[in-house]
Amino acid sequence: MAADEKSPVSRGFVGRRRSPAQAERVPPGQYVTLDFPILSAGPTPHTPLEQWSFALQQGTQRLAEWSWPQFQALKQTPVTVDIHCVTKWSKLDTRWVGVTFDTLLEAAGLNTPPTSYVMAYSDGGYTTNLPVADLVNGQALIVTKFDGTPLAPGHGGPARLLVPHLYFWKSAKWVRGLTFITEDKPGFWESLGYHMYGDPWKEQRYAGD
Amino acid sequence: MRVPRLPWRTAEIVAVRNETAHARSLALRVEGWPGHAAGQHVDVRLTAADGYQAQRSYSISSAPAAAELELLVDYVPDGEVSPYLTHEARVGDRFELRGPIGGYFIWTAAYGGPLLLVAGGSGIAPLASILAYRAAAAPGIATHLLYSARTAEDIIFKERLEAWKEDPALAVSVTLTRNVAADWSGYRGRIDAAMLHEVAFAASKSPLAYVCGPTAMVEHVADALVSIGYPAGRVRTERFGPTGEST
Repeated sequence: MAADEKSPVSRGFVGRRRSPAQAERVPPGQYVTLDFPILSAGPTPHTPLEQWSFALQQGTQRLAEWSWPQFQALKQTPVTVDIHCVTKWSKLDTRWVGVTFDTLLEAAGLNTPPTSYVMAYSDGGYTTNLPVADLVNGQALIVTKFDGTPLAPGHGGPARLLVPHLYFWKSAKWVRGLTFITEDKPGFWESLGYHMYGDPWKEQRYAGD
Repeated sequence: MRVPRLPWRTAEIVAVRNETAHARSLALRVEGWPGHAAGQHVDVRLTAADGYQAQRSYSISSAPAAAELELLVDYVPDGEVSPYLTHEARVGDRFELRGPIGGYFIWTAAYGGPLLLVAGGSGIAPLASILAYRAAAAPGIATHLLYSARTAEDIIFKERLEAWKEDPALAVSVTLTRNVAADWSGYRGRIDAAMLHEVAFAASKSPLAYVCGPTAMVEHVADALVSIGYPAGRVRTERFGPTGEST
């Protein structure tokens, strides 16, 4: 990334240049990590699978709900994607297995999504808002496996949302459902200064970016 | 809601202080700094002579009212930005920063107490900001700091810890996890439910807990607090990645 005209040079800083191949895959201001850092605002919830379910909601109406075995019986889709956290790390070629948003709509008997936005909600009270246009056509999944094994609680298990083209706080951990909403409104981090949409390629980290 | 973009501001290093063999405090003068809440962090951006830039996040360790903004930087082996800030940067050098950032891992007097602060390693930084703010704004709020460091040499903010021990409403406990000397009078070993049961406020007092440190430590402490009855909603966490920097 080229410096702003005004950016002062930090004397003696050289930095670590990326290969051109990597530069194409890593959004501005990000660096590649081989770790899988964990970031969350509170303790990790541990929901037993017998008590777990996933729902699609609209207002107080439950459009569809799946128990863990029912969810596992839905079509499982593997994906390999790059992920980008607003705290600056990116991780390339991460492998997940889950159920696409399209599969959920179909299984719920919804030919078209009822509204243009959703609020994802999770165990522990976390929420995040997303446009439906960013979930359809294979762009989003509810994943239950990472790197071939069941998703660990620290990384959002038993199930997390995966929307890899947006900053990773949008990929809600411990997700339990999506509520269709008519108008976009801020979720947890979006109420605390983070961007409503969160496109890493436009560096939409914070409100106003 | 239209919010103005957080601008990049130029920061000039006005003082450096080595806290341990690998952690350093940087005192900064920042043009137009808007102020911060205790517990927040900033994004730092370094620019090389050819225009190459790199960004990382660092916690603010100074009080909101302090004249200079202070950051704590812990050296990450094989890192890109922290080795520069801990070894190369000196007084008079400039870089950019943006912030303050983070609206959840903050404490203001209105939140009340009692307040339990649990830090691991360089996770002491945002809690030092909270303690400095509390001393000025709400010194009467009962507070307990539990700080875990690897060895006695790894204790960050030694002088501040001594000063905090003089505060009658603030209890300070330090635990060491490695190479503990025979005459060490603090706790030994990693923080666990038994240690928290002994030193933390009882859940019945509705304490508010802030836990900051390496991922595994924070996971462990947050789980332990829940196990001794703290509601999850009263435990705020900030985790540092396993290393966070590689490749």
